[in-house]
Amino acid sequence: MGKTNIYAWLLLLPSLIFLILFTFYPVLKTLVLSFYQADLGSPEPFFIGMENYQRMMEDDVFWKVLKNNLWFALGTVPTSMALALGMALFANKVLRGKGFVRTAFFYPTVVPMIAVANIWLFIYTPEYGAISQLLQWLGQGQINWLGDQTFVMWAMVIMVIWKEAGYFMIFYLAGLQNISEEMYESASMDGAKPWTVFRRVTFPLLMPTTLFVMVIAVTNSFKLVDHLVIMTKGGPDNASNLLLYYIFETAFSFWDQGMASALTIVMVVLLLLLAAFQFFGLDKKIHYN
Amino acid sequence: MLKRLSDASMYILAMLWIFPLLWGFWTAFRPRHMATSWTFSFEFTLDNFAKVWAGAPFAQYYWNTFLIVTGILIVQLVTATLAAYAFAKMKFWGKDVLFLLFLVQLMVPADILLFPNYNVLRDLSLLDTKLGIMMPYFASAFGIFLLRQTFKTIPHELEEAARMEGCSWWQIVWKVYVPLARPTYVAFGLVSVSYHWNNFMWPLIITNSIENRPLTVGLAIFAQSFETGAQWAEVTAATTMVIMPLLLAFLLFQRQFLNSFMHSGIK
Repeated sequence: MGKTNIYAWLLLLPSLIFLILFTFYPVLKTLVLSFYQADLGSPEPFFIGMENYQRMMEDDVFWKVLKNNLWFALGTVPTSMALALGMALFANKVLRGKGFVRTAFFYPTVVPMIAVANIWLFIYTPEYGAISQLLQWLGQGQINWLGDQTFVMWAMVIMVIWKEAGYFMIFYLAGLQNISEEMYESASMDGAKPWTVFRRVTFPLLMPTTLFVMVIAVTNSFKLVDHLVIMTKGGPDNASNLLLYYIFETAFSFWDQGMASALTIVMVVLLLLLAAFQFFGLDKKIHYN
Repeated sequence: MLKRLSDASMYILAMLWIFPLLWGFWTAFRPRHMATSWTFSFEFTLDNFAKVWAGAPFAQYYWNTFLIVTGILIVQLVTATLAAYAFAKMKFWGKDVLFLLFLVQLMVPADILLFPNYNVLRDLSLLDTKLGIMMPYFASAFGIFLLRQTFKTIPHELEEAARMEGCSWWQIVWKVYVPLARPTYVAFGLVSVSYHWNNFMWPLIITNSIENRPLTVGLAIFAQSFETGAQWAEVTAATTMVIMPLLLAFLLFQRQFLNSFMHSGIK
């Protein structure tokens, strides 16, 4: 091994240690534990093969949670990305109130989800919450947003879009700054309309940003669960429950470690598949300049 | 015409976006019996804040959060700088495989491995410690990638010149790369600080004592100690207290924050 090799590995070593300790080793250990029965009833874990996975397949709650997570991702990812792009285009060009507009869109990012949950709980409260007041003013009836199975997921999706769009806006703003003015100049020389410019110049050149934002957004749709602790605890009847929150409950409320491990493995595999699809599937369609 | 319409709708969107914050503030300063009332009046009070401050050890929570956030940031900056330099400027055996391994952490961040990492921390006897809250985040793939991109744009001639002057590699990193990558460091620092200031689930699981609990967990416990909907004035006051430091910092450094983010080469 050459001297550079040793140097490079030494430089990477500190990061590598933590990466192994808190990503690779735990995942491997969890994979092993997922084949064991390890709950309050079994003081010493014992091997049961695929039984945890089998039980999971027959568990209605698991399927419900998985479906919820899918709807949550479909509800939050495209909408918040589209909004973020619109916000960035506007915040980039706006003449009046630039500071206010950017601040308004971005500040939810620096507010903890747990604080957001407190305020939005208040917004969604029946009778004296903001939305109820608005509905009353419009002469409509009451909706118990968080207590109703049909509405609770919508309520969560709207709140998360509000929280996330401004964060993604920043990446789009950065992307927009990287597009050279010459591109727009030559487009305007050709007499292109704004919509054509967006479709032919801005949007294609922002594709790498879009891919990056999408990977973050998809990962976030599995990661964001803090609000459930305050707002719904996954209810009513698991209507707002998500995969990570279900793992949290299984591990730390029911202390079923074998099952929690199996669920964690399913989530890791899911995330890696999604990432692989995004990188290898979509990356080919993107033109990097 | 179309442009005016879209501009107007964006301004309306901005107002909608700001509403939850303003409403939360407003309620936090209202007398308790007025908290849920929509009638307008000029009655304001600081009672709610006094009550919150007396009702939970928020000073300790602030201190804990501050220690956790700075601890994570300092270690991250060191580990990320070293790794980013290696990935950006060196050719070595196993580079591509290692890079892929680091990529995996972007997809499977520590936040998702709540339960496995709890077990690791238990094995290390670090449950209910500040170090335990910090450790899973000491290596940041996000930071490494961000810095790697920036280091790559720094011309190799600068390094060569420094080497001619007799600088060792760490002097080169410290005197050439770090100063030139300053915007990226600022951007990453702000992202890291706001992320860990706001982190909740992991510290919730790991801590169970006041000495180690951060603000977010303290706030959640405080908010949940009330019957739902009964004491909005106190809950919004506590929420305001937790939000304020970061929000003020953001408003003060907004320009640097947005600029550094935009110039840090995220493409």
